[in-house]
Amino acid sequence: MSEARWIGKSVKRVEDARLLTGRGTYIDDHPPVANVCHAAIVRSPLPHAAIRGYDLSAALALEGVVGAITGADVARHTKPFSVGVTAPIHYYCAATDRVRFVGEPVAVVVAKNRYVAEDAADLVRVDYGPLPVVVDPERALDTTAPVLHEAVGSNLAGNRRLVYGEPDRAFREADVVLTERFSFPKYGSTPIETYGVIARWDPIDGVCTVWSNFMGPFIMHPLTARVLGLAENKLRFIVPTDIGGSFGIKSSIYPYIALIALAAMRLSVPVKWIEDRREHLLASSSGTDRVAYRELAARKDGTILGMRFKWLDNVGGYIRSPEPGCSFRPTGNFVGPYRFQHLEVDASVVMTNKSLTGPNRGYACGHLYFETEGMMDRLADRLGLDPAEVRRKNLVQPDQFPYRTPSGGLYDSGDYPAVLERALQLARYDELRREQAKARATGRYVGIGLALAVDPSVSNMGYVATALDPQFRAKPEYLPKSGAVDAATIKIDPLGRVIAILGTTPQGQGHQTVVSQIVADELGLAPQDVTVVDEMDTFTRVWSISSGTYSSRFGSVGTSAVALAARKLKAKLVEYGAHLMELPVASLEFRDGAVRPRSGKGPSYSIKDLAGRAHWNTESLPEGMEPALQATAVFGFTVAKAVDAQDRVNSSNTYGFIAEVMAVEVDPETAAIQILRYVTVHDAGTIINPMIAEGQIYGGALHGLGGALYEELAYDEHGQFLTGTFMDYLVPTASEAPQIDIAHIVSPSPLTPLGSKGLGESSSMTVPAVIANAVSDALAPLGIWINELPMTPSKLWTAMARACRSHAKSEGQR
Amino acid sequence: MVTVRLKVNGVAHEGRCEPRKLLVDFIREDLGLTGTHVGCEHGICGACTIMFNGEAARSCIMLAVQADGAELGTVEGLMRDGKLHPLQEAFREHHGLQCGFCTPGMLITALDLLRTNPSPSDREIREGISAVLCRCTGYQGIVNAVRAAAPILASGR
Repeated sequence: MSEARWIGKSVKRVEDARLLTGRGTYIDDHPPVANVCHAAIVRSPLPHAAIRGYDLSAALALEGVVGAITGADVARHTKPFSVGVTAPIHYYCAATDRVRFVGEPVAVVVAKNRYVAEDAADLVRVDYGPLPVVVDPERALDTTAPVLHEAVGSNLAGNRRLVYGEPDRAFREADVVLTERFSFPKYGSTPIETYGVIARWDPIDGVCTVWSNFMGPFIMHPLTARVLGLAENKLRFIVPTDIGGSFGIKSSIYPYIALIALAAMRLSVPVKWIEDRREHLLASSSGTDRVAYRELAARKDGTILGMRFKWLDNVGGYIRSPEPGCSFRPTGNFVGPYRFQHLEVDASVVMTNKSLTGPNRGYACGHLYFETEGMMDRLADRLGLDPAEVRRKNLVQPDQFPYRTPSGGLYDSGDYPAVLERALQLARYDELRREQAKARATGRYVGIGLALAVDPSVSNMGYVATALDPQFRAKPEYLPKSGAVDAATIKIDPLGRVIAILGTTPQGQGHQTVVSQIVADELGLAPQDVTVVDEMDTFTRVWSISSGTYSSRFGSVGTSAVALAARKLKAKLVEYGAHLMELPVASLEFRDGAVRPRSGKGPSYSIKDLAGRAHWNTESLPEGMEPALQATAVFGFTVAKAVDAQDRVNSSNTYGFIAEVMAVEVDPETAAIQILRYVTVHDAGTIINPMIAEGQIYGGALHGLGGALYEELAYDEHGQFLTGTFMDYLVPTASEAPQIDIAHIVSPSPLTPLGSKGLGESSSMTVPAVIANAVSDALAPLGIWINELPMTPSKLWTAMARACRSHAKSEGQR
Repeated sequence: MVTVRLKVNGVAHEGRCEPRKLLVDFIREDLGLTGTHVGCEHGICGACTIMFNGEAARSCIMLAVQADGAELGTVEGLMRDGKLHPLQEAFREHHGLQCGFCTPGMLITALDLLRTNPSPSDREIREGISAVLCRCTGYQGIVNAVRAAAPILASGR
């Protein structure tokens, strides 16, 4: 880099002007093709039933209806999606012979407009034969439970027992062993823009073009092509510049891409489908609900020797890729920021009659840290230590980086104790404890919680294979998987103007702004001189399996590709300048937007000057130099390796760190939780745009808070869905959002050219833990430990009332 | 089909639609003003909020025919003389938006708040904008933007 003038500055976003004036281009805004017809999806009202037949006659007779497809067409003309486990689960883009959750697509009606399509969808008759239902993951594994997939023989989609070190010995040698059961709710980050797909089939070229707000990973492109029976270069995915939020949820749109593409292909019309909110809550995607059994082995001084995790992850009616990432995405950071070496993970992926799951902000890490950090507080309580002390004692130390975890993670950089101390200091932790003691003395329920998390960014595709048995992976026909790459192109046009072209799919993260900052610094320009084009198109962009904007990857891998492309281009400019000046390359440098002699003496060539000559007079180029001033760089992490025979895998590539302190007060009358103080300190390496980084933290924190206090995609015991509107599925509003004190510590990553790491998921993974710990601490006088989310007032009030009653009873007995 | 005549951002429009057509669909599809967004179609998320005869209203739970003869304001009408409105400027300055999808409804709602309460406290701002759901920002940037814009708008009155 020449010098950092723009990196590290809160540069205002270039995206904002268009978004503030209603000129964004979201999927629903601009029909990209003429004569688009509109689809309505017929969905199952039953959680589990055989499909015995369809009657489309009334629907097709309605004026304005173009046609319809059903599960029978899906079975005939598509293949099931490949799934991440070996169990024989046939997951098609719509139900074919049986429905397995309320809201599962069974047919698509296409009409001249959405109103007519919905009228017609109501007229589709599906003959269902109801079947018994199971929604609870533990109950689903009973031998008497109804089985969703007969070919599998049970509701277990997969199970892996992963052993690292010698956990049995750790538990034998422990002074203290703690056990606890936790349960984590099913919730989704519910972007305000729902899913949208527009598909056009060209029977002459044999090309299906799909516009959608899909966010990647683009591994789903070849999978979808296979499902539709198309060659990859006959299926074109285009993603509009603007996506209205996603938080992982829109990675699971791809079955709808297949379904709407099939409708377009069968009915020979362009088809548009925009999901409505009810459909979104009913059947888009969410994180898994999980039942976890945790065991912790420690010495009496608080040193953790080992842990055991037993998980039941509920993936719903089928397993949809990238599940079972719910269990394995954090494989490398299973141990979090702690040094213990012995770990056993028993992960079961269970199918029930609920909607399907997938990545949701903090993918699997909200679950992981809710449990681990809960155990840390229970250990502190058991040993009579301060929760901060018991954490300090177990942290990975600064001189241990790069740190290899027992499960294969490679933490690239960090200073965990420094981040923890900064959080404690910002929160005025000791003072908080004194205030708490005073408050308790007057009968108030004030509590303080801590939570620490290793924040993984840029998933290594290889982690997915942890779901498979090592014996399976050892077969000669098995192809190992690994990788995390991103690409960028930068070009200089004939008058010297710079355009950067990305293949990412931002959903509000401000990639255009961030890239303009990086390119400006690298090429000695101002950010406003750089035009950034960000519209993913699988036909024109350089991309790979892992491309996309997910797993907090842009700040790490995407920015690296941009920096490398700029450096490649810069090297070319210097070489060209050297040729023009007849000087050795080594005597020149690129500084302040021009190629100059290092000595400072003699002429210099600006970008504009070089661009003009290079474009208009290719004869002026040195022999062998490729004409045109452009460079494409593909950045890939060399630390992204396939899972090994001992199930060790570096599941992400860069690893940040988060330390949080929260103080709460619980109202004894209403069980309402008031946040008194909330401090979060992050280490995400170099921060490119602090304003944007802070925005990610605020947003992530509120997602965590929603899951901890309000949000649950709830079902009754009959499998009926209970939260189909925003009146039932409660999303935090501005009135519920806390004030946050944010600070950063910077440990640059040695693996990225700019030293940056990802930050996008951020506090979504810590807030469930920190607030649960704070509430447990507040209610310690009543002996209440939070082990279940969301902490709705009714649940909390019931627990408090019960505790008060038993307290009164024991007082009476005394 | 019925005829709907109305003014949007000061410009007269006329369109024909089915009586059941939602106002937001009429605005987006018939008038081509796609800045107003649809987020829930049941009146909770607030993305579709517009000015309806001078007051904030949800265009997803109104019919187009109800707007016959009405004066509407949408996000497209906020700029003046090619410049961002002070509230838009404040949103940009204070990072009051990320994906931008709720933003049009948020801007209109905040303007309605500042119209009725020109110098709101933080608590009143939070309550005022709680009619619109945002999933990106954690609301802090929005609160900061509305707070910063309030005196500018008040002085311009």
